[in-house]
Amino acid sequence: MNTQEPFAPWENPAEIPLIQFKNVTKKFGDFTAIDGLNLDIYAREFFALLGPSGCGKTTLMRLLAGFETPTSGQITLGGTDLAPIPPNKRAVNMMFQSYALFPHLSVADNIAFGLKRSGVGRDALQARVDEMLKLVQLGKFANRKPHQISGGQRQRVALARSLAKAPKLLLLDEPLGALDKKLRQETQFELMDIQESTGTTFVIVTHDQEEAMTVASRVAIMNHGKLEQIDTPDGIYETPNSAYVADFIGEVNLIQGRATAPHHLDWAEGEIPLNTPEQSPMDQGREYQLAIRPEKINVTAQPPEKADNLVQGQVLDIAYLGNLSTYHVKLKGGQIIKAQSANSRRLSRRRFTWEDQVYLSWAASAGVVLDK
Amino acid sequence: MRRLSWFNVTSLTLGFAFLYIPMIILVIYSFNESKLVTVWSGFSAKWYGELFQNEAFMRAAWVTIKVAFFSSTFATVLGTMAAYVIVRGGRFYGRTLFSGFIYAPLVMPEVITGLSLLLLFISIGLDRGVLTIVLAHTTFSMCYVSVVVSSRLASFDRALEEAALDLGCTPFDAFRLVTLPIIAPAVIAGWLLAFTLSLDDLVIASFTAGPSATTLPIKIFSSVRLGVSPEINALSTLMIAIVTFGVLSTSIYSKRAIARQQKEEQEAEQ
Repeated sequence: MNTQEPFAPWENPAEIPLIQFKNVTKKFGDFTAIDGLNLDIYAREFFALLGPSGCGKTTLMRLLAGFETPTSGQITLGGTDLAPIPPNKRAVNMMFQSYALFPHLSVADNIAFGLKRSGVGRDALQARVDEMLKLVQLGKFANRKPHQISGGQRQRVALARSLAKAPKLLLLDEPLGALDKKLRQETQFELMDIQESTGTTFVIVTHDQEEAMTVASRVAIMNHGKLEQIDTPDGIYETPNSAYVADFIGEVNLIQGRATAPHHLDWAEGEIPLNTPEQSPMDQGREYQLAIRPEKINVTAQPPEKADNLVQGQVLDIAYLGNLSTYHVKLKGGQIIKAQSANSRRLSRRRFTWEDQVYLSWAASAGVVLDK
Repeated sequence: MRRLSWFNVTSLTLGFAFLYIPMIILVIYSFNESKLVTVWSGFSAKWYGELFQNEAFMRAAWVTIKVAFFSSTFATVLGTMAAYVIVRGGRFYGRTLFSGFIYAPLVMPEVITGLSLLLLFISIGLDRGVLTIVLAHTTFSMCYVSVVVSSRLASFDRALEEAALDLGCTPFDAFRLVTLPIIAPAVIAGWLLAFTLSLDDLVIASFTAGPSATTLPIKIFSSVRLGVSPEINALSTLMIAIVTFGVLSTSIYSKRAIARQQKEEQEAEQ
């Protein structure tokens, strides 16, 4: 395989998925946690399930681990139906949100636990444990008990323990939730390195969108037991397929309007209709939403010479984030548009302040047309 | 520490006096030289010597210890299993009824438990002896074990068991290798509690004991009816010592071990 070629097995129709969800539904009493879900996950993918709490992402993971069985539908791993296989017989391992390290066993014994169950010989076992300890850089702590190491180290023990049996599929349930931000970011890159070097398929559940965008090859956005969109991180961000997804990931301006022409959206009285992207023609007379990311909107004091879309307003609020500033600009009609610009200059020389009159402009291609 | 008011001091003193003066008198008189129980004539430990010469008492003591050991062991196994089913079994059909049945003997009058067991043993033709006392004691002390163990299981992180299954354990292995070592302090505390309860019991034992096997409480009770002897005082003092030791060590051990384990578990979760 040419290493320059991007990793995208989902674009190759000949590729056989490692995991297939076929119309899977899971109900708990009256509550439907997973609702007729279809999903393909390919070998060596780092797949992220992202969604608000209660959206069914943890249930989806527990179905894969075998702690829950689907009410209807089928889940296959490498072509075999998983339903009759109990959790202890599946080539799937899980890293738990609470880590679930065995408090009565040392770090090394925790890592060796799964290997011992599968009847690995003494020498092979020791070698594998050493290898895992080295992978997560915990060699010095092999004989410590879980309560004698830090949170970040426990997280790595949990990862090593779940990788020790070289599973086909590793499930990670909010693996970095308990770590502070700095450590979390470092660990995200460690996770990606480990995923690449071991060649294991990872499925990660998280509610942290940045985490999902950072680590994953593809992200699935879940809501109410259904998948809203499955795409690469940039695909999700740049071409959301619904207002829900656009709003869930990052910040967005959602402008309601009615199409007056295939590429014109009439959105407010007294404003010129907006130019919308070439590639998504609209039906005349229908209502649409236009999603525009704040960083795609330019803020200027004077109207630019050439702009597809131009509106005027007054700076209402400035959210200073250090590297970026988000301007909340109030238009004549009262609508508020968020625009973001990089703070390439020092604060004292910043261009705009509260109540300044500004022009907002953006290219027709910057927006995404969504059904209302 | 807060200073106690005079009212609290008085009520505390009265309370303790009420509870412990009878026992203190018994302990003091066990060291009485005189054969007459109520007349003090000087310090002596001779009744303890006499006691150890008394074969009937020694035989009863041996039976008591055997019964306590076996019944508390069986009760621990059964009680732990019951606790596991109640806490882990989910909402199976009849769960409330089952847990109610397990805890009912805690409040059942001992006379009724004893009588019903006696009737059972007679009807199935089981000769009364060590075996029947063991069975009877197992029956009532397993509830106590199950209460102690289930409170520990309730605070146990379920993910630990799931992790064991996930790593290739059968459900039984997960229990043996993960659950049991972690709840061990509660199981041991339950065993010690059952042991102490069995040592103490008079009512149920007197229903289920036969001529071939008499426990110490029964022996003491029947000798006292013929008059209190200094030997009985000595024996009772020893029993107080053993039971005190048992109860104290159980509570100290379980408190410490359970607190330590929960701390470790919480720390491991963070």
